[in-house]
Order: sequence, then C-alpha cells, then structure tokens
Amino acid sequence: MDIRSQVSMVFHLDKCIGCHTCSVACKNIWTDRKGTEYMWWNNVETKPGTGFPTLWEDQEKYKGGWEKKGKDLRLKMHGSKTGGLANIFYNPNMPNLDDYYEPWTYDYKHLFTAPEGDDQPTARAISLITGKHMEIEAGPNWDDDLGGSPVYAANDPNLESLTENERLALNELERVVFFYLPRICNHCLNPGCVASCPAGAIYKRGEDGIVLVSQEKCRAWRMCITGCPYKKTYYNWGSGKSEKCILCYPRLESGEPPACFHACVGRIRYLGVLLYDADRIKEIASVPEDELVEAQRSILQDPFDPEIIALAKANGISDATLASARNSPVYKFVKKWKLALPLHPEFRTVPMLYYVPPLLPVLAAVKDGNYDVTEIADAGLAPMLSSLEKARVPLRFLASLFAAGNAEKVTAVYRKLIAVRIHMRASRVKDIPEAEQKEALAQGNLTVKEAEDIWRLTSMATFDERFVLPPLAREVAVEAKVDPSTHKREVGFGFKKAGERKW
Amino acid sequence: MLDTLLFAVFPYVAVALAVVVGFYRYFSDRFSYSSLSSQFLENRGLFWGSVSWHYGILAILLGHLIGFLIPRSVLAWNGVPWRLYVLEASALMFGILTLWGLVVLIIRRFSSARIRVVTSLMDIVLLVVLLVQVVAGVWTAIFYRWGSSWYAGFAVPYLWSIIKFSPDISLVNNLPFMVKLHIIGAYVIVGLIPFTRLVHLLSFPFTYFWRPYQVVIWNRRKETRG
Repeated sequence: MDIRSQVSMVFHLDKCIGCHTCSVACKNIWTDRKGTEYMWWNNVETKPGTGFPTLWEDQEKYKGGWEKKGKDLRLKMHGSKTGGLANIFYNPNMPNLDDYYEPWTYDYKHLFTAPEGDDQPTARAISLITGKHMEIEAGPNWDDDLGGSPVYAANDPNLESLTENERLALNELERVVFFYLPRICNHCLNPGCVASCPAGAIYKRGEDGIVLVSQEKCRAWRMCITGCPYKKTYYNWGSGKSEKCILCYPRLESGEPPACFHACVGRIRYLGVLLYDADRIKEIASVPEDELVEAQRSILQDPFDPEIIALAKANGISDATLASARNSPVYKFVKKWKLALPLHPEFRTVPMLYYVPPLLPVLAAVKDGNYDVTEIADAGLAPMLSSLEKARVPLRFLASLFAAGNAEKVTAVYRKLIAVRIHMRASRVKDIPEAEQKEALAQGNLTVKEAEDIWRLTSMATFDERFVLPPLAREVAVEAKVDPSTHKREVGFGFKKAGERKW
Repeated sequence: MLDTLLFAVFPYVAVALAVVVGFYRYFSDRFSYSSLSSQFLENRGLFWGSVSWHYGILAILLGHLIGFLIPRSVLAWNGVPWRLYVLEASALMFGILTLWGLVVLIIRRFSSARIRVVTSLMDIVLLVVLLVQVVAGVWTAIFYRWGSSWYAGFAVPYLWSIIKFSPDISLVNNLPFMVKLHIIGAYVIVGLIPFTRLVHLLSFPFTYFWRPYQVVIWNRRKETRG
C-alpha cells in the first residue's frame, strides 16, 4: 500500500442557492487577466442544462476522460500515444471559443461622448478579444435557472437515461424543477489532463494532490483541454498556455480555504484531507460502470486505523496532516456516511470533489390542474420512502450524474437524507409518530447518533468544521532544497517576472 | 564578395544566433517557449492549413535530410529518367501541399479578426520568409526538373563543406537565382528560430512516448513520476 493524502472537497447541493458568489470570488482573484476572460475555474450550472462549455458532458463530442479497452484503460481521445501525437497539429476534439462564449465588456465611454440627439445613447457590447462591437450570443451561465430550456435544458446529455414520460414530466409547468451544480477542478486521482499532456507540464503535487499546470513547461499542445472530461483546463489564448483551478494553493499554504469555499453564501462547501492507496488507482478506475462508486469509495482509507496511520507515516505524511484527516468533514460525508458521490465517475478519472445530491421537495403531484401536496401529507411517511421513483428529479437523472447510472447508490443516499430530515422533524417539531421515525432511520441505515451528526455537519457546522485544512508546510518544501533565508533573498515570494508574451 | 558573405559567413552567423539566443531564451524566459496555438480562436482554417503545412513540410524536410545523408544513392536513383521523374513528382506534390497549407494559414491569419489580435510582428516576418522559401523550393521543383540531382551533387557537398568549416562557395555560386534564394532562405529560417514561435519545433514532446501517464511531483522525494 502506498498511502497518500489528498486535499478533497464536498459540495452539498441541497444548500446551493445558485448565487454565483463562488464564481465571482474566483474570477476576481485569478481570471481577470487578458486571455483568461472567458475562463470560469469555478462555475455554477443549472441542471438540467447543457453547462459550460456547452455540452461538456457529451464525451462522444469532446472525447474527454478514459475508456476501458479490454483490460486496459486508455484515453478516449487517443487510440494510442502515437495516435495522439499525430493529432498535435490539429486537435479534432477541442472545444473552441464559441463552445464557451466570446467575452465582452460594454462601450461605456459612448454614454459620455455620444453627440447630442433625440435618443438616449447606449453602451454597445465590445468583444474582449477583438475589441470590436459584437452581438452577445452566449455567456458562461446562459441557461441559468432554466433560461432557454427548450434549447439548453432539453439537450442535457443526462436526460438520455430517462423515459419519454419522465422527460415530459420534467417540463410540466407545475412540476418544473431544477437544481444547481457548482463545479471546480476535481483534482482527480487519475487525471485525464495530466495523462494527455505531451509535454508533461501538468502534474499532481505529491503531498496534497493538487493538480497544477507548469506555466514554464506548457507548450500549447492543448491536449489537456480535450483530456479533461470536465473541461476544467482552459486555454489562455493570449499567453499560449493552459490554465486551471489551482485550488487557491497560495491561500491553502497560508491556512485559508480557497476563495470559492470562503465566499460561499450557502455554506455548501467542505474541504478536508482524504487518505488513499495510490497502488490501487488503476484498479478502481477500471471496474465495470455500476461498481465505480463503490470502488472509488474503497480506495479511501480509514485515518483511525493504526495500520493505515503507520503506513502513512512511513510514506512521509506528517502527524498534523493525519490529525486533520481524522477530523475531515469530507471523510465523514464520503466514506463514513456514504452521502457524497463523485460527479460522473464513468469518466474514470477518480474525481476528488464529491456531491451530496439535492433532496429538493421530494414529491409533487398535480391534481385537477393544481399543485397538490395534501395527499402526500395525509399519507404520512410512506410516500416519502416508497415513491422515490416518482421524485421530482427522476432518480435516473441523478444516477446518470453521480453514479454512472447505478440508481441504487443514489437511492441509498436519498434514504439517508430523508431519514435525517424525518428524524430531526420528529425530535424537534414532534409531529411525526415515533414508529415512522424509527422506520425512516432503519431504511436509511442510520443510527440516531449518525443522523444527528449528519444534521449538525450539514446545517450547523462552523467555519473550522467545514474547512479542516492540513498544514501544507511550504517552508518545509523550501528547506528541502535550499536554506530558507537564502531562498527568500534569491526569489522573494515567487515569480518576479510577469508571465507575458514578449517574443 | 556578396556570395562569400551570404554563403560562407551568413550560415555561421545564423547557426550561432540560433544556438546563443535559443539558449538565452530558454534559460531566461522559458515561459515564452510555446507553439502559441490559435486553434482555440479559429478552428476550421487551422485544420486545412496546419495539417497540410505540417505534414507537407515534415515530408519535405525528411527528403532533404535523406539527400543530405546519402547523396550518392540519390544520384544513382536519378540515373534512370523515370526514377528521376518519380522522385521529382512526389517532392513536388509535397511541396504543393506545403505551399497550400502555408497560403491557407496566411489567409487565415489576416482574414480572421480574432487571429489578428494574437499576431505579432515576428509572426508576420516569419510567414513572409516561409512563403518566399516554399515558393523558391516549389519553383525549383517545377522549372528545374533535375533539382534533386543538383541538391545531391552541389548543395550537399557545399553543406558538408560548411560543416567542416571550410566553406566551398564555388559549388553554389553558379546556381540559378531561385536556388540560391532557397539556400539563403534556409539560413534565415534557422536564424529566426529563437526569435519566433518556431521554438516549438525544439520542444517536440518525444518524452511522452515513454513516460507513464501520470506525473506526480514531490517536494522532498527525488522521483517525480508515478
């Protein structure tokens, strides 16, 4: 066993209000430069919807991630490494600017300089690329809140798993439903971007698992953009380098959570350490689709197990990191309670960002053209637990998103979420009979203690409980190479040169 | 005098520039080493231009390299007329493919508003030089149908004389203008390598063939892979 530690994440979708504060926090810090205007290292999508870039989940179109070929895993974009390099002059599966959107600003100056006339002057849109007037045809959240559903939501690749009736029901006005899916880089264990980079410029940091693009080694072969099935590596058209979410490592190294986590209004985000067995990555990425969720859970190791602790220490993982692993909210959500699921595990990159699926108003019925819940309320608990199949967001849709189509895994999560809700209602409001409360807990396979712990971490957790940061000990990294004071004298706090295109 | 400067001095200047500036740029400004792909901004034109250009020029350069290494075999091959025609015709075919690709790329670069934004002065210089060079090459192939024999018989011994530091310009100073232009053009391109995006051909990622898919870098451990 090769035990490594990974800074990993959980997003609790029930709490996401779709305010895009995370996206804006990230944009203001990292991607307000030339060439990066169109990038959203953090973005929030409405589901059902086509996302950003448009239809990113459709791997027949973009060929991201891995596929099984016999016993082996291979990149979907390449038949082989040679075949991949043969495409180096033109990447046939690369999204281009129009698959994202052309970034723009407005001609505000015109409001002041327009000659006097009968009409109010307007500020027309100006392309941030060409500097010319442009028509706005798309944006990073163009289908926000189901805007333009017939075009966008209707084309969501996950809808393919639904029956015709389910699809129609989703659009029924009284039942119309959506939820938000915030996305950042998943900092995968088997990243497609790293594997597809011909130059070897993309790498995973051994100590914390953050995936970064070396700006000095990147040669704009642009394979990573295709290789990442989540389309979370972006091409900076100005500098000719790929860039991606860096999980705010400079913030992490100084003990602060990433900006999008810190800014999150709904407090949906959790960050903590997971321990995993690096020897098994390939094995768990290669199992059949319906076993992927369980396999990806099985690689995560118990930080309380003395044997694992000993192996981790032997591998150079510090006591402080192990302590933070024991305290990790991510470990609880993903491994202990099995509530959080990976996004599209079938891409086989073993993502380290997990989602607690949204509970939403579980059921709804339309009676004589009216939205009606009395029947459900009268029937007590039964429909809550028995008719998950009729949930407003079809289970198959969620299974397609979070479990490679394995609805059982999603059902198990929902039974737990419902159990927590019923248990808390029963013990606080006391309007649910004890028998039903017990039944819910039994179906969710939860103890009273667990249900209360889940409730606490979901709704009451403080800043320090949500973000359990391991000490990244950058000073140790510097010390390994040169004397820290010499290092500081020589390079200060990092790059002294601006990364500009000069030649 | 001019011939001496162009054919006996300039080659060394060009190579020295390529090496010295290339190293300087690599060690002082590695960030700038990039192919600066613009596929992201414009897709369709790049397909027709870049693919034709790159595969054309690779075949042409390979042909030049083979002639450079085994000139006598080339001469022997050309000893029979039909074989000369086959060689010349295939070279011409690749030459025209290259020229077509280059012309598409030039048109694309100036007709697309998005691409103009990422076009530097050196990009324009480079495109002009490449165009002159490819036209001179294709011209030679069309109008002097024994070009490959000349290359093997005169240009290659001349190149070897350059490499051996005893330049023999008598081998080349009587060649037609277009051929001379082609030789000078080659030196100009070599000299331009470190000043332009041509640096990308120095960093073709061969290591991809043997490295494992995943790259992990540790602060304290020596190994960087796996």
